[in-house]
Amino acid sequence: MATIAQREAAPGGLWSRMSLGQKQVMWAWGFLAVPLIFYAVIRFWPTFQAFYLSVTDWTITRPASFVGLENYKRLLADPLFWQVFRNTFMYLILGTPISLGISFVVAYYLDRVRFMHAFIRALYFLPFLTTAAAMAWVWRWFYQPVPIGVINDFLASFGIPQQPFLRSTTQALPAVLAPAVWAGLGFQIIIFLAGLRAIPVTYYEAARIDGLSEGAILRKITLPLLKPTLVFLVVFSSIGFLRIFDQVYNINSNDPGGPLNSTKPLVLMIYQTAFSSYEMGYAAAQTVVLFMILLVISLVQLRIMRDR
Amino acid sequence: MRFRHLLASVALGVAALAATGAKAVEIEYWQYVFDTRVKAMNQLIAKFQEANPDIKVKQTTFPYADYQTKVAAAILAGQGPDVVQLFYGWTDNFIAGKMIRPLRAEAFPAADIERDFFPIISAMKRGNDYYGLPTAVRSLALFYNKKAFKDAGLDPNNPPKNLDELVAAAEKTTKRDASGNIVSAGLTLDMAGQDHQWWREVLVRQYGGVPYTDNDTKVAYNDEAGLKALTFYTDLQKKHKVGQVGFMDEGQAAFRAGLAAMTIDGTFRLGSFNTIKGFEWGVTELPANAQGVRSNYASYFANAITTKADGEKLAAAEKFLTYVSSPEAMKIWMDVVGELPARRAAALTPENTAHPIYGPFLKGLEYSRTTLFKDEAAQRQVAIDMANRVLIGGEDPKASLAKAAEAEQAIIDRAKR
Amino acid sequence: MSKAASFEGLPMSRIRPGRILAWTLLFIGGVIMVTPLLFMLSTSLKDASQVYDLRVIPETPTLDNYIEILGDGRFTRWFVNSMIIAVIVTLSNVFFDSLVGYTLAKFRFRGRYIVFVAILSTLMIPTEMLVLPWYLMASQFGWLDSYWGIMFPGMMTAFGTFLMKQFFEGVPDDFLEAARIDGLNEFTIWWKIAMPLVTPALSALAIFTFLGNWTAFFWPLIVTTSAELYTLPVGLSSFAVEQSIQWEKIMTGASIATLPTLIIFLFLQRYIVRGVMLAGLKG
Repeated sequence: MATIAQREAAPGGLWSRMSLGQKQVMWAWGFLAVPLIFYAVIRFWPTFQAFYLSVTDWTITRPASFVGLENYKRLLADPLFWQVFRNTFMYLILGTPISLGISFVVAYYLDRVRFMHAFIRALYFLPFLTTAAAMAWVWRWFYQPVPIGVINDFLASFGIPQQPFLRSTTQALPAVLAPAVWAGLGFQIIIFLAGLRAIPVTYYEAARIDGLSEGAILRKITLPLLKPTLVFLVVFSSIGFLRIFDQVYNINSNDPGGPLNSTKPLVLMIYQTAFSSYEMGYAAAQTVVLFMILLVISLVQLRIMRDR
Repeated sequence: MRFRHLLASVALGVAALAATGAKAVEIEYWQYVFDTRVKAMNQLIAKFQEANPDIKVKQTTFPYADYQTKVAAAILAGQGPDVVQLFYGWTDNFIAGKMIRPLRAEAFPAADIERDFFPIISAMKRGNDYYGLPTAVRSLALFYNKKAFKDAGLDPNNPPKNLDELVAAAEKTTKRDASGNIVSAGLTLDMAGQDHQWWREVLVRQYGGVPYTDNDTKVAYNDEAGLKALTFYTDLQKKHKVGQVGFMDEGQAAFRAGLAAMTIDGTFRLGSFNTIKGFEWGVTELPANAQGVRSNYASYFANAITTKADGEKLAAAEKFLTYVSSPEAMKIWMDVVGELPARRAAALTPENTAHPIYGPFLKGLEYSRTTLFKDEAAQRQVAIDMANRVLIGGEDPKASLAKAAEAEQAIIDRAKR
Repeated sequence: MSKAASFEGLPMSRIRPGRILAWTLLFIGGVIMVTPLLFMLSTSLKDASQVYDLRVIPETPTLDNYIEILGDGRFTRWFVNSMIIAVIVTLSNVFFDSLVGYTLAKFRFRGRYIVFVAILSTLMIPTEMLVLPWYLMASQFGWLDSYWGIMFPGMMTAFGTFLMKQFFEGVPDDFLEAARIDGLNEFTIWWKIAMPLVTPALSALAIFTFLGNWTAFFWPLIVTTSAELYTLPVGLSSFAVEQSIQWEKIMTGASIATLPTLIIFLFLQRYIVRGVMLAGLKG
């Protein structure tokens, strides 16, 4: 800003000869200068570099040399990658509908509740403010077998056999997903509430005059008018579930992504490839694949939601 | 006159300050975070600085995970340590990455090293050069809860001597609730802890096999012996039901809480177990097999000088390394951390060998093996997955063993390239 | 909420039980939501011998865990680190995101659309893809293991810029023109006239940025090396592993990491909820 101010102060200079429109343009670029440098250096350049690194065999200790599509070939032939790919989608396919379903139902009824409305809303919202890395440890403790596991102790007191949770290849993934869904509900409920409030009351009044039932109002008015909210939440939470990491990393720190890789998402595989095996080039190829997946999923979702 | 005196003394003081300021060399020392190790190192640094007022040592600690990457990145960025602690199994990686330098033979003569240290020091030797020296070495032993033994009607002064007795004792000490859930384990099962070493270097050998051949570059456990060893291990949970993977999250946590009668762990756990208040515990050698064959796994973290240190920092780093590998330092380390001195003379004192806790570990050291890992974390993961496939996935031990051998061979081959 | 009117036409006796049931279920659900937090807190107030007694209210509550953990100074350090980082990054975002959002909303110049699309397109690039190049960059410039190393990737965000642009578009041009006629320069117009008109949006942006950086784990985990520079989540994770599964200690650490945001929420509930709603509706 200092340079602009100086130029302005210099009488009879270039600045004073400019038209108002030209000055406006100068101001605009002046405002954008630092941010544009930032986006170029911290966002765009690294993006290209990620693509470049993905075709090299860079490790921390060895300089990068070009290897063509070798990393991608290795990735596609790696059974671990396909397992991780499947896990990542399981997080998405389970996480998004479950969390949106619960949060919509809660928001729908909470919207009608007046008694202690703010308090109940706060109960649902609190987990959103927690740190995922910290909460993963709380849930890890919940999932322990007897005698220390809270959930299994609870089950045992009803005579229900204890569940392996994190020590099972089938239960572990939902068990890791639960804290992620739990922490995200509050945000989604608030957004749904905002969406519900935004629907003009006159629509409902008109519908009731027409004698529509509550169910019909929900189907014909509430849901269609909520579509922008829904699109936002679907895309937003899908991206979140596809990028899950903090919970997985902390909930099983002795065997991250285990047992038998049954909970390992793509981001954890990237992390381990890069920072435990330090195969940076190979990890870069995995990040490019993650980018593609996110891109395709978001585009498909936007397209489907728009058409409907 | 007075004023001039004052001025002169001030000038002298400033000069003296400047001189010490210029003379004090600061070197950086890195190791991973482990409460007792950090404490021990702080004591060593204090003692060293007392004896060498012209050298300052700064200790940096960080988590065990990703240790190698962090060290590598820092050294390449010119920021890292001058003296670094590394697991013996990472030496190849550190040399390949030009992160550590060979010890100068004038300062650390090979003949002296080989005379004074336990033979496992050879894992730090490449060609004629040594790349680092340990302060302490570690071996495994069986920890047992004397109270649990007494409660189960076992003699707390007569712990299991062989594998059959181990299983029998574990069966007697296991406690279950009405639904059959284990509420107190006989023996902990934790491949992510030290069990993978126990399986690899002890059980496989006790069943007549060898884990690797060709200088640990060929996996050799995919045979009858390996299968028997794996079956023995997994049967502890499947057949005898004396332990359970993941019980109390970690084996050491179960033992600490008094909810496991026995656990296999290393010397480095002594510091932590020494704070147990609820019960008395003892240590015994790892059980022999029916024929009396014993084995053990020994390992160590060595201190090495990095490529970053040169000039006066190199000289200071050498002095520091000499001190932390001295008998005095080893004594302090043993008292604080519980790990055994790496010098034979310092370790095998009559006092130590007769010691009820150090004794069994020292005996284990005599017949111990050291796996030459290529990628310790990945090879450990192979063992974890091998056990999990059987215990969680219900897979046949034979198939799981074959998969493990194949996966581990691939890791070794990849690292060789 | 005039939707309550919908029940007017129906007999009260049919409605009341339904509403009471809905309220009760919502309430129970809410209690279940905070159960993990309650257990975390209650366990942090127990000593090692009571951990396996799963009562929610500890028999003999003790602050010993807090005294011990806060006593060794590391958590205080991590807390301060997290606070410094989250505050600086938040200020930077509030300043730059709104400056760029304002410029794109209120100035007419060639290239505006391209700049907008370019910035928006970075929303599609996942952080994970940039992490390796950032790491390389940080190691080449000596930024590893420093505050700046933790902060630099997040100093501006496309999300914040987009959000602020949406809000500035709602500011009438007449206001700005009037200021121009009064001879104010463009920077002053933005800072003194336009910014006060979008305070709700600014607080929404600030809340999101702060929370995102306060809980951030992935990048700080990668870029920090020494324990003195950890943020709270990274410090807690390393602390938990190091504690060899002593749950009461881990829960105390988790409480220390979590409580500050919860307490802030209790005081600022109205603003935070409104901020989240605004961001969700316009974002």
